[in-house]
Formats: sequence, C-alpha cells, structure tokens
Amino acid sequence: MAKPKLAVWKFSSCDGCQLSLLDCEDELLDIAGQIDIAHFLEATSEIKNGPYDISLVEGSITTPHDVERIRKVRENSKVLITIGACATAGGIQSLRNFADVKEFTNIVYAHPEYISTLEKSDAIADHVKVDFELRGCPVSKHQLLELITATLAGRKPYVPNASQCMECKRAGTVCVMVAKGTPCLGPVTQAGCGNLCPSHGRGCYGCFGPKENPNPPALSAHLSELGMASREVRDFYRSFNAGAPEFAKESTSHE
Amino acid sequence: MPASTGSSFILDDPAPLVEALLADGWRVIGPKLGDGAIVYDEIESASDMPRGLTDEQEGGRYRLREGDPNRWFDYVVGPQSWKKYLFPARQKLWSAEKGDNGFAIEPHEDDFPKTALFGARACEIAAIEVQDRVFDNGDFTDSGYKRRREATLIVAVQCARSAATCFCASMNTGPSADSGFDIALTELDDGGFFVECGSDRGAAILDRIGPAEAGTAELEAANAVTLKAAGMQTRSMPDNIPALLRENLDHPRWAEVAERCLSCANCTMACPTCFCSDVEDVNDLSGDHAERWRVWDSCFTLDFSYIHGGSVRRSTLSRYRQWMTHKLSSWHDQFDTSGCVGCGRCIAWCPVGIDITEEAAAFAAEPLAQEG
Ligand code: SF4
Ligand code: SF4
Ligand code: SF4
Repeated sequence: MAKPKLAVWKFSSCDGCQLSLLDCEDELLDIAGQIDIAHFLEATSEIKNGPYDISLVEGSITTPHDVERIRKVRENSKVLITIGACATAGGIQSLRNFADVKEFTNIVYAHPEYISTLEKSDAIADHVKVDFELRGCPVSKHQLLELITATLAGRKPYVPNASQCMECKRAGTVCVMVAKGTPCLGPVTQAGCGNLCPSHGRGCYGCFGPKENPNPPALSAHLSELGMASREVRDFYRSFNAGAPEFAKESTSHE
Repeated sequence: MPASTGSSFILDDPAPLVEALLADGWRVIGPKLGDGAIVYDEIESASDMPRGLTDEQEGGRYRLREGDPNRWFDYVVGPQSWKKYLFPARQKLWSAEKGDNGFAIEPHEDDFPKTALFGARACEIAAIEVQDRVFDNGDFTDSGYKRRREATLIVAVQCARSAATCFCASMNTGPSADSGFDIALTELDDGGFFVECGSDRGAAILDRIGPAEAGTAELEAANAVTLKAAGMQTRSMPDNIPALLRENLDHPRWAEVAERCLSCANCTMACPTCFCSDVEDVNDLSGDHAERWRVWDSCFTLDFSYIHGGSVRRSTLSRYRQWMTHKLSSWHDQFDTSGCVGCGRCIAWCPVGIDITEEAAAFAAEPLAQEG
C-alpha cells in the first residue's frame, strides 16, 4: 500500500504550530517512514502535487486570496485537520474582529490602498468543512503526535474537550485561583497543554480555547469578585482565542 | 507493656513514629507544604511535615496561615486525598505487542511498595472505606486497588479543629475515627499525643518505640479535643437527604445552580470517594505497540455520558443533578452507604464556591409538594 500523502499548509499565522511538528525530532523520522510528506514548505522546498490524504492547516483566513486558496486545499484533501488557535478560532489577529480594520491599515501602512484584507480574521471552518480541529497556541506536541498516530491507525484521536481544571487535579496541581486568588481561565478552557501555566503558579490564559459547554458568565462573576475590573475581564478573554464564539460573546458583554 | 489493638500510649511528638515506620521498611506519605496548600507526598522525617501552619477554608477559597509554631496538625484536609495513591489519576492497565500471531497482551502492575498513609483524618478513612466498597465488594474486585490497599498502613490523626467547610459530624464520619486505622494520634491541647493502637501491624510499629502507657486523664483530654473540633462545625447535611433529592428531581433549584456551575469537574476530582474513570488507548506510529491507560474522569464532562449516537447529559443541570443525587442518594442503593463523607473539598475547591450543603439546604427549605 502506498504511504499516505501529507501536506502542511500555512495561512495567517506565526508558524509556531508547524514548528511544533518539526519539534517532534525524535518521532519525525518515524513519521517520515510512515507518511509521504508531499507539501511542507517550513521543512522542505520539494512539492508534490495533490490530492493529499491528510492536510494539516495552520493559520486563519484574513485575505480574499486566502479564501480562494483554502477552497483549493479542501478540494485536494481527503482529510483536512486544522492545527492551532489561528486555524480553529482566528488567532490573536481576530482582535481586529472587535475593531475597524480600515482604521488599522490607515495607521500602519504608508499606502493602505495596496492592502487587500478582510474585515475579520476567520477560522478555517468558517469557509470549508473541517474534519478535526486541534486546539492550542501553539498545539501540543503530544496531541499532534496522537492525532497523526490515530489518523494513520484509523481510530479517533484521544483529545478530550473537558476543562483545564481536570489537568490540574490529575497532576496534583494546587488550584491557583482557590489557593491564591489568581484569575484563571481554566474552568472554561479545554485541556491539552499539559497543565503548563497552573503547574507554574500562573492562571490559565485560555490557549486551547473554550471547553465544551463552557460557562464564561459564571466565571466572569467570580473574576470580578477577585477584583478584576470589567475591562480587564474583557481583555482576559481577548487573546489567542478572542474569536472563539463563546469567548467573543463574553468579552463583548464586558465592553 | 507490648502494644495490642485497643491499647493506648503517649508520645511527645510524631518523630519516633515516622522513624519507626521508615526503619520497618515503610514508604511514608504524609502532609507537606505544596504551592500554597497542604498536599500529600513522601516524607523522610517528621520535620518534612508543615508544623505550625493552619488553614482557612470557605467556598472557593483556601489560604494557609501561620499558626501556633508548636502545633503539628492544626490544618485539616487540603486539595488532595489519599485516592491519588490508592486509585491513581493515571494508571497503565496493559500493553500489547504485535507479533507473528497477532497481538500479545501484557497486563501491567504498577510498583507499589508497602506504604504508610501518615495523618489520615477520620473523614478520609471513611472515604477509603467507601472506595473499598466500590473497588473490592465481593461482586467485583479491582485487582490493582486491592493490591495497593493491602500494602497500605494507616496512621490517623484525630482532628483538633474543623475548617468552615467541614461537615463530617453530620455525616457521622468524624472528626474522630473509631476504627479503620492501624495507629491513631490525637494532638493534646497541652502538647503531646494520645496514641491508639488499632491493629497488630500498628502494635508491631509501636513496640519498636515502646512508648509510655496512657491513663484516663490522657484519654479524657483526647476526647475533649475531638469534641471541641466537632463543636466548631457550621455546615451540616440534612438526615433525610437521600429521599429529599429523590423526590425533588424536577425542583427549580437545579436550573439555578446550573447557572453558577462551570461543569469544570474540580469537585469530583477533589472528592475522595469519586471513582469514575475513562480509558485512553494509545499506539505508537508503527502500530506495533499499543497501551491502555485508565485516567480519572468525571460526570461533569460531555464525553462521560457518551453512548452510541451522542451524549445523554448535555446540560450542566443534568450533570450537576447526576453528581449530587448519586453522591447523596442513589449511592445508598448501590453501595449501602453515602458517597459523601463531609470533608468539604468540593466546597473549598470549587472555583466559584458552589456548596453541596447549601444546595441541600435549599431543597430542604422548599421541597416540591409530593403527590398522593
Ligand atoms: S488553577 Fe485554574 S485550571 Fe487549575 S483547577 Fe484552578 S481554576 Fe482550574
Ligand atoms: S461530596 Fe464533597 S464533602 Fe462529600 S466527600 Fe466528596 S468532596 Fe467531600
Ligand atoms: S460544582 Fe463547582 S467544582 Fe463542581 S463542576 Fe460545578 S463549578 Fe466545577
């Protein structure tokens, strides 16, 4: 049987998620042994034509050209998997969704008339059908490997969509919000990072986006009790997953 | 006089006991200062324990404070419980290797040396006994749990104070344990410890020390200590809670608590009796090696109630109701005991301070009218 063809695509993003893939140094040779890496510009300039069995897509849709390109990627891919907060929720650049992008381009560029950009930074799923979304800013190496392994084995990847708090409790991390009053987005955020921030005494920043069935208004009420001003609560939800619908709705209610 | 079950002694401090356990080859797990809370971890001497600290607990809030520097055990239960040793958060169940004749499965047994749980409180011993009924009950035996449990010795500490979140007195599980320990310590008000021997294994350890026998004065002083702790409790659970919940499954209070609940699962993870788990199957890239892991799970997740076609409990209301009714009502039908020992962890470690006793009180105050 021919090896499955993998393509990695970049849209509006920082390349960090692709780097997570390159960071799988120990496993990369094994991956290369199982998969034909047909398109991965971050790693090799060799390009093989589609169709591709698996496409990993990093980045958000921010220009009319992106819209065209993602449609072609979809047409050429059997399975399309988005990797990272940009591709699944619009990324940090979705902060523009809450402002006037024309105003930005006028301030930043000497010739704004050359800039062709969309009003919003969109998730890939806003434009094409996505088969699986891997969360995170950046994605976790562990989950990325699990995703690739599971896809090759034809099974569902084990990527739970429950809270970051479960990672704390399983790891034995003392809750920073209860024991220190440190604001934390963990109760509304999907697990997956490996309990990075709380295990270092920091509150969760929400890199993995909303968990299933999140309740941001209830958390926000508690954040206010901990002393956060309404504007701070708004900004807390406005980082890498600002564009995720549940976070966007909550931040907007603190405008 | 050699120690025997029921005999009692006095000790100046816990150090000789820790030393005797270590000398007898026990791994000793006890309270330690973690990052802002008392946690359970391996100790190598009594001085590893957080002497002089006390805790302040409320719904969604826990703080350590400096207390009397001479007191050894003036804090109560923290975020962790002994279930992290007896029922670990992640355990490998088996691995499988692909060979010429298909997969060969190799069961996995974790390495669990003989272990002394030092400083277990009455509610925690009650919680271990609840998990005993779940994992080793005649109909079903979890061999890993049984193996770990049999390799465990318990040194209890009878509570000298209660936190505001404690309600063991109303659950009849504390603040003093009558049984379930090998040795029990009560820290007396004037210093020193009243020591009870609860088993032959406990006796063997005590005989290594040869402590002085206790008299009636020390026994009375010890009883006064735990009586005072019981008197400090402000929270309680109504006696009729099993029927009360059963009769109020459609009460509007469920929707009200669901508005506040984050379905974050902290309560279940922190609870010393919650026993639910998920299995995680992994394989390597070649597909030749596979493993099955068991991890703590919670009735607060969507996947927990996933069956063919979707999840049964999609709303927070249905998840909170499942948790509370199981814990306090249907657990009796299933295991002949309550699933709650009144330790208060779910109150303190709920990020938004949802309080199981307050919810229970709300049902008791305005129960739905019963038909018939
Ligand atoms: S530290 Fe944050 S993520 Fe961890 S249990 Fe507390 S609230 Fe949840
Ligand atoms: S339900 Fe709450 S109070 Fe009862 S045993 Fe569990 S954590 Fe403790
Ligand atoms: S009761 Fe509290 S700890 Fe439990 S799931 Fe709800 S918010 Fe989380």
